[in-house]
Amino acid sequence: MSKRSDMTNTHNWSGQKLVSTDYLLFEAPREKHFMTGSEVLKEAMKRCTVDASVSYPITPQSEAAHLIGELWAEGYVGTYFRGENEFGVMSEVAGCAMAGARTVTTTSGPGTLRAMENFAQWSGTRIPCQLILMARGINSPLTIQPDNLEVSYMLETGCMIWYAENVQELFDMSIAAFTVAEKPDVHVPIITVVDGFFVSHTREAVMLPADDIALEPYDPYKAPLPPIDSETPPGRFLRDPFVMKSNYISYATHASWQWEVRSAVERSRPYAEHYLKGLIHITGEDDAEIAFVTCGTASNQAKEAHRELMKLGIKTKVIKLRTIRPFPAKELLEAVQGIKHIFVPEFNVVGWLEKEVRKELYNKCEADIVGGPRVAGGMSMPAEAIIAEVMEKINPGKGA
Amino acid sequence: MALDIYKINPEFRDIMPQEIIDLEEKATWSAKMDTPRGIKELPDTKELLEEHSLCAGCPEAAALRYVLSALPKPEDTIIVNSTGCTSLMFPHIALHTVHSLFGNQNAVASGIKRVLDWRFPDIEKDVVVLAGDGATVDIGLDYTLQSFFRQENITTICFDNEVYANTGGQESGATAKGQVFKMAPLGKKFEKVPMWELATTSGCHYSVNMTASAPKAVAKAVREAILVAREIGPTFLNIYTPCILEIGLSANEGLGEMKDQDKGRFASYKHVSPEAEEFLKKCKEEGRI
Repeated sequence: MSKRSDMTNTHNWSGQKLVSTDYLLFEAPREKHFMTGSEVLKEAMKRCTVDASVSYPITPQSEAAHLIGELWAEGYVGTYFRGENEFGVMSEVAGCAMAGARTVTTTSGPGTLRAMENFAQWSGTRIPCQLILMARGINSPLTIQPDNLEVSYMLETGCMIWYAENVQELFDMSIAAFTVAEKPDVHVPIITVVDGFFVSHTREAVMLPADDIALEPYDPYKAPLPPIDSETPPGRFLRDPFVMKSNYISYATHASWQWEVRSAVERSRPYAEHYLKGLIHITGEDDAEIAFVTCGTASNQAKEAHRELMKLGIKTKVIKLRTIRPFPAKELLEAVQGIKHIFVPEFNVVGWLEKEVRKELYNKCEADIVGGPRVAGGMSMPAEAIIAEVMEKINPGKGA
Repeated sequence: MALDIYKINPEFRDIMPQEIIDLEEKATWSAKMDTPRGIKELPDTKELLEEHSLCAGCPEAAALRYVLSALPKPEDTIIVNSTGCTSLMFPHIALHTVHSLFGNQNAVASGIKRVLDWRFPDIEKDVVVLAGDGATVDIGLDYTLQSFFRQENITTICFDNEVYANTGGQESGATAKGQVFKMAPLGKKFEKVPMWELATTSGCHYSVNMTASAPKAVAKAVREAILVAREIGPTFLNIYTPCILEIGLSANEGLGEMKDQDKGRFASYKHVSPEAEEFLKKCKEEGRI
């Protein structure tokens, strides 16, 4: 086990050299590895000078949680334990982060829903912890398969939500996530989402910097709220708590706090833009009249559909959203200029991303928006399904 | 640094409320004390509880004053609360306190304690959970017992008023069998949950069931429980603080009710593990208790 006091000005407690996020993400030389999403998350957290992690088993995130536990056993993570269930774990994470720790945890599907009350508490407490969400279907009927319906429940929790497409993005995003979440003018929790199995269990080529360098430690004394450590003034927080009052000022205090949490999420934009190199990524043809608006694995499938459609002489582009909260509205609107048909392929039955896209483009864009194709419950989304959707639209009744 | 956070910036001293100045000048902290803090100081020192907003005569307010007077090291103590009547007093406590959700108090406290041990390995930081019976015995039972199983170094104090008082008088797991409350219009069908026994079985090294009728006894139990939690493992105090409102008593009748129950549902129960017993003996020799 490491001791926090082993940390020096230049090295963290596990002896890794402290570097800037820019150096770690953009400048450090990288080598090619072949890893699953779970394995790459271990590599990312290894380089993040993580103080605390609490875990609980649920498919498909269990392996990632084990591997963070191994990092603790190897001396990279300060404190780690298995909690009693996801509600408990997310509360334990809150305690860790309130006490001034850089904290990470992971969950999936039913675990997310069990823990739900905590996420609004996290943002209201302004803790910059990171949840890696490996999306899976939610009950019933029972499924352990990939499906991202659970993300729709997270949209209004006041947490930032980023969505990684693949193993490489999971590595880079989960490192950037701490840096952005911990900015004093942001300082809200961040949920980094990947599609379970498709990313957590798929082995891909990935470029990683050396593992003898790591992020600077989290400094809780830069936080907008004092950490709960009895080391930070004020010794007492307030005299007249608004919870017990029924008057205008108590309502206004609560309301302004809620707005401030949302404003903090908005203030993350410039940082996210820098560390993610844009809130959206566009591939495909500039002069296309058909666009796919996607996040996560659906982006990959849409890119495949784009390549196939090009063979038929049909130009398309893929607009991949990398942040969901804040929602990249301005970037999306710019990207759909000249587009006539927008398709939103999704891995869930409700089409939450389609609703987000419609809401943001309403009255601002002429394009026709199609919520589909949609697959769920573990179904894959072959490029053919996307192509069929497009052909039905542009060539009705004749199919692909 | 911990004590320094109560020092007033000289530039602002002239506009500070007297209660804040008193905290700096007249409160008792661990550092200045040759002997343990305690009940005896209540009359002429600044208390860590500033007024309170509970009903007149509420025994819970008295019990909280006893608890705060007995903290061995208040300037390094974090108190974790839950939802209920106790949460109405929390903002009046001059320490770092947390109110998170209803029932998750022992989970939050576990996270805080582990990180404080990680961040401040050379400073004793005490984490004390203080919650009502609804939070402890019903909605938060899982997290409370699990923190005992995990041997978290925290002290859990349940202010047991045997009812959901803050929400208007509903039956709780700690309500006595047969009692008529809201949500139990025909009387409670099952026995009061013996939380102090569950605490013992679940790994607490010190578990007490008592009323708040005797201030010195409460203070002694609090002090011992916190010292044992710091050195050995989880500790639990179940303290009867009757809801005089819900059982139809007047403001001056709380003490009598507690005295009655000293021989009833709250007849003294005390479990001390062998390790804790040995440790407390040592503390006594050193004058720490």
